Amino acid sequence: MCWETLLDYGLRSLGIGERLLPRADFTFCQQVVLIGSGMIWNVYFGILALISGFLLATLVATGKASDNVFLRKPAEWFVFVFRGSPLFIQFFFGYFLFLSLKQVLPAAEPFSSAWLGALVVLFLNTAAYSAEIFYGGLQSVPKGDLDAASAYGLTGWRRFRRITWPTMLRLAWPAYTNEAIFLFHATTLVFFSGFPARSQKGDALYYASYFADKTFNPFVPYPILAGYFILLTLCIIGLMGFVNARLNRHLPQAATRRPRLLPQIIR
Amino acid sequence: MFACADPATLEGLPWLLCYLTTGKHLSLYWAVGTVLLLLAITAPVAMAFGFGGAMAARSGMAPLRWFGKGYIAIVRGVPDIAFFLFFVIALDQGIEYLRHRVKCPDWDQPVRQGSDFLVCAAAKMPLGNAPQWVHETYGFALAVLTFAIVFGAFAANVLYGAMRAVPRAQVETAEAYGMSRRQTFWRVTVPQMWTYALPGLGNLWMILIKATPLLFLLGVEDIVYWARELGAAKTARFSDYPHPDWRMWYFLALLVFYLAFTRLSEIVLARLSVRLSHGQATAAGERLRRAGANAGPP
Repeated sequence: MCWETLLDYGLRSLGIGERLLPRADFTFCQQVVLIGSGMIWNVYFGILALISGFLLATLVATGKASDNVFLRKPAEWFVFVFRGSPLFIQFFFGYFLFLSLKQVLPAAEPFSSAWLGALVVLFLNTAAYSAEIFYGGLQSVPKGDLDAASAYGLTGWRRFRRITWPTMLRLAWPAYTNEAIFLFHATTLVFFSGFPARSQKGDALYYASYFADKTFNPFVPYPILAGYFILLTLCIIGLMGFVNARLNRHLPQAATRRPRLLPQIIR
Repeated sequence: MFACADPATLEGLPWLLCYLTTGKHLSLYWAVGTVLLLLAITAPVAMAFGFGGAMAARSGMAPLRWFGKGYIAIVRGVPDIAFFLFFVIALDQGIEYLRHRVKCPDWDQPVRQGSDFLVCAAAKMPLGNAPQWVHETYGFALAVLTFAIVFGAFAANVLYGAMRAVPRAQVETAEAYGMSRRQTFWRVTVPQMWTYALPGLGNLWMILIKATPLLFLLGVEDIVYWARELGAAKTARFSDYPHPDWRMWYFLALLVFYLAFTRLSEIVLARLSVRLSHGQATAAGERLRRAGANAGPP
């Protein structure tokens, strides 16, 4: 019985399967399947924003640590603007900005839909938060490591690539794990902030609130959503812990710091 | 000043001034007050929740400890917006259910019937015939409570860490003097934990500021609501001030408002941190002492 529901609604968030959402006699199975289907979007936004944001964050962090004013100031402002304002407002502003852009430039049309527009906002947002973390990492790269690199004749790009950057990553990784977790949590804001869920293709929270509105019973859909997110959080901690172990593999085991489930720093 | 009676004849700056002082814009400015009020009430309540949560998580009684740790872990592991949406309905239904049990004891039908939540008319909260402001205040109070529950868990996490950061030697000394567990906690741990808690609490304050737009999702007519309302395109038929879609500019203004607010908070927190570090046996306190010594007598 639940198998049928899975076939009907398993990929509903992508528009595949049954067109109409359930309207009456909601079963537990339907709620689990549809909310799980919505998780596809949360994972999509989370992973793509994390990967693209990682690249920009490295650039911005080095810019912020640079001696050149023309690199440092823009990087500082970028971090300040995106860390100093609510993501919710950034989503709204981004959406209406893209709408206006569409009037001028028809090619900008995809930006006004969630899959691209919200992704861009999330990308810039996580880049700013991660850049601040990486900047902190850059500042705490041990002086001795850099001196040793110079003594070996490593300079410029080669020194950055082989010494500074890996050390920065190693130092920043526990905080970055934390940022990744909060980024995935932040993806739930997408469909509540202007970006439309066309033909009811939404994320996990969208479906959870759909069920809560229809059944007027929040005690089923939200715990399901919470369960999914706790699972997702554990997966992220596992994956990031694996990377962490790799980054620290040259160190004596006792010196490594594992990412913790409930770290102190939050975004 | 300006005569705003006939906006169609105005142009440029006078038009803008008249436009920005229409009744609905005044509601927008009031909504800023709502946000500040929310912050002013939520911050202390959340601190109280956090203190209670941290004390529960340190408790010697196992069930209480599990409750404290569970409260911290669950709220932190799940997106906060899901909690907001959940608690607003759950608290409302919980309150109505309790009132229902007290006020209508002879009601024999189940409260949950399919997709309906039915309580007797006397248990409705607020009562169906209550004036509008009661509805608004009740909605706002629910929002405050929801914020306090969510941010209480974050604060509990910070305070729990701060309590554990108080040097072990201090606690041991207190025990050596024969203080009881309770006395040690209130006379040694709590007064010393603030300097360790301040960075975390400052961070939390920033997060709380940035969470205030979520009031919109809780059904309060806040600044996000008014920005959407006022920014939408207006035609000459329905408004004295017709304009195209300006929502982008309204949200830009909100963005700038929040940036200014967080920047101001940053500056105040930095000052506070310096002040709290005076005389503390921490690196920051030591730096202050040295700076004072180098400067010489005033």
